[in-house]
Amino acid sequence: MTTGLELGQPQAQAIHSDEDVVRVRQLVRTVAVAVKLSLVDQTKLVTAASELARNTLVYGGGGTVEVATVDNGRRRGVRIIFADTGPGIPDLDLALTDGYTTGGGLGLGLSGARRLVDEFDIRTAPDAGTTVTVIKWSR
Amino acid sequence: MERVPILKIGDILLVSIQVDMSDQTAVQLQEDLAERIVATGCHGVVIDITALDIVDSFVGRMLSTIASISKVLDAETVVVGMRPAVAITLVELGLSLHGIRTALNVERGMELIASARADEYAENLDAEPDAETTASP
Repeated sequence: MTTGLELGQPQAQAIHSDEDVVRVRQLVRTVAVAVKLSLVDQTKLVTAASELARNTLVYGGGGTVEVATVDNGRRRGVRIIFADTGPGIPDLDLALTDGYTTGGGLGLGLSGARRLVDEFDIRTAPDAGTTVTVIKWSR
Repeated sequence: MERVPILKIGDILLVSIQVDMSDQTAVQLQEDLAERIVATGCHGVVIDITALDIVDSFVGRMLSTIASISKVLDAETVVVGMRPAVAITLVELGLSLHGIRTALNVERGMELIASARADEYAENLDAEPDAETTASP
């Protein structure tokens, strides 16, 4: 994935409760508005962030999120990195399948979030946690 | 934790979600609504999501669950006021909002419930004479 050049200091937010998931949504919304994403793109990005932040909390046992404005020379975008130090994902292909869940949800969080963003990268290893990086570029 | 207020208007319970709900608030709303349906005997629930700027899979599932619970408690649920950007995002996310009726605004939602109840009443009248012998398909 193209990560782009970071503009300014990224903003961090810890995820340890479902109130923090709400704060992540608000932070992402603020940055998305500042980067001038369209209303539909803002909505898609905030929705993806909500799914991924919940995953960090529920499956990763909590973690951190970092939101940054990035530039790839042609467009600006919002990059969000979700990191946890939880158990990791044993079968990534399975976890990215629509409808697959181990948590009693709808199984749309990871696969749905991937469809809502422009760049999606996931790194995970057993007992080493999971890091998900997403970017949404302005049109 | 914030709590979403539930208003009773005639035979309908109106829920207007005005806050960015935490998951816990959403679950609480589900429970509060079930209790209010039973306590009031209302036959309709209108959930206004005009103020919601996103509906993610958790809130989507909550809406479906509320619709199912209401149905079991003899009440119709209509979700109203979904923003266009939210609708586009929901579809791309892969959420179908199974079993949920929707209307553009609160007024139409209330009309929809009234007409659904009227239809059901008429059907019951028709079916009455041989209700015991006619098995539903």
